[in-house]
Parts: sequence; structure tokens; C-alpha cells
Amino acid sequence: MSGSTILFYLLAAFTLVFGILAVTTRQIFRAAIFLLFTLIGIAGFYFWLSYDFIAAVQIVVYVGGIIVLIIFSIFLTQQSGQQLPKQKLSRTLFSALAVFCGFALTLLQVFQHNFVSSTATPVSPTVFNIGTQMMEVDKSGYALPFEVISILLLASLIGCIVIAIKNKPELK
Amino acid sequence: MMEVGLYHVLFVSIALFFIGVFGFFTRRNLVTMLMSIELILNSVNLNFIAFNKYVWPGKMEGMFFTIFIIAIAAAEAAVAIAIIINLYRSHSSINVETAEDLKY
Repeated sequence: MSGSTILFYLLAAFTLVFGILAVTTRQIFRAAIFLLFTLIGIAGFYFWLSYDFIAAVQIVVYVGGIIVLIIFSIFLTQQSGQQLPKQKLSRTLFSALAVFCGFALTLLQVFQHNFVSSTATPVSPTVFNIGTQMMEVDKSGYALPFEVISILLLASLIGCIVIAIKNKPELK
Repeated sequence: MMEVGLYHVLFVSIALFFIGVFGFFTRRNLVTMLMSIELILNSVNLNFIAFNKYVWPGKMEGMFFTIFIIAIAAAEAAVAIAIIINLYRSHSSINVETAEDLKY
């Protein structure tokens, strides 16, 4: 077994164990921290697949942004030290059954399918290549989706402020 | 033992997706449901990257989709948390069972 293989299995175990803990723990703050570790594990996968830029984006946006946002919203909405109420056993059982069936079905389909790799020369995912294709306006360029995403981000920013703004009582 | 390749990464991605689905089914708190959605989105990202790496190494489409999904997920999380804070103000609870005013 090579070092890369061992690293893959370690990363997989790390990610999946913390993922399971994140959805089963009854303390909400701990769930956020376990989710943080899962996201770091996925960033590790991107490093393992040698997609460095995506790994950096993952760490900056998810670990640095979304987790902090989630932790703040926990602080704003949750009493400290309070555990989440226990779920009904039947609901947990039926969810586990449904999830297991879906998992088995998907796995069966994926492993029966034979993916044929293309033989084209690999493009190295450097920032230069990403930037060049992202800003290209002719065929196979991504300038238009990039602009659409920018507008979407602006709209969601304004939408957040409008939704979360506090209505002041009207002054006379 | 098989060489670690596309199928191994796909297994991890599928497992993570269904862990997220399980969390979405069992949780009744809006913040924890949002966390489950983040897990699902991350598993999809891993899927795109794995296909890009092993099936289409000559293109970068999977990577662009991943970047766009990350951007949309950030926007979605921000809007969701604004809605959660608004709901907490009006109901003083973020349990989905108590938020049923539109139902009747």
C-alpha cells in the first residue's frame, strides 16, 4: 500500500466519521464544529486530487465564511447548554431505512456503470488556466455565468439585509 | 487491493450525500437542517471534481461547476440565516414544527 492510498483512507474515515457525528449529535454547537472538520476533510480530498485552487477556495469560503456565519446564528438563536430535543424513534428508524435503501441503490448503479476515461492530454488546474477560461468570452468561456453569479451575490446580499432588518416603531 | 481511483472517491461522495439526507430527515432545527444541506452540496462538489480528474482530465468544466456551486452555496447560506433570524424574532423558536402560520 502506497502512502497516497493510506492518506486516502485516512481522509475518507476522517470525513465520514465527522459527517455522521455532525448530523447525529444533540448539542448544536458541537454539530457546527464537527461540520467544520468534515469540510476540512473535503478540502483535504481536493489537495489529495491535486486541485489546490479549489481546496483553497473551500477553506476560505466554507471554513472561514459559512461556518462562522452558522456559529453566529447559533449564538443568536439558541440558549447555551440546551440540548436539542430527542427525536421519535420511529422517525429515526424510517429515515435510516430510506437513506440506506437510497445509498445501496445509488451505489449499485454507480458500480455497475463503467466510466471510460477520455484520452485527451490533461490540463493542469493552475490558477492561470482557470482564470484564462473563466474570463474568456468566446466558445468554452465562462464570462457570462461569472457575471450572472456576481449579480446573484449582490441580489442575495441586498435580500439578506432587507429580510433581517429590524422594523423600527414608527415615529410621529 | 484495488488501486484508489474514481470509484473510491465516488463512494465517499455518495456516503456523504446520504449522511446529509439523513440529517435533513431527522433534524427539526433550522440551523442543523442548513448544516445538512451544506454536507449535500459538498458531496456534489467532490463528485464533480472526481469526474473532472478521472474521466475528463483534458477539460475544466467540473472545476468551474464546483466554483459556481461554492459561490451559490455561500449566497444561499447567507439568505437562509437571514430568514432564520427573522423567524426567531417573530416566533422565538427556530423549530420547523412551530413555524406553521402559513398552513391554515
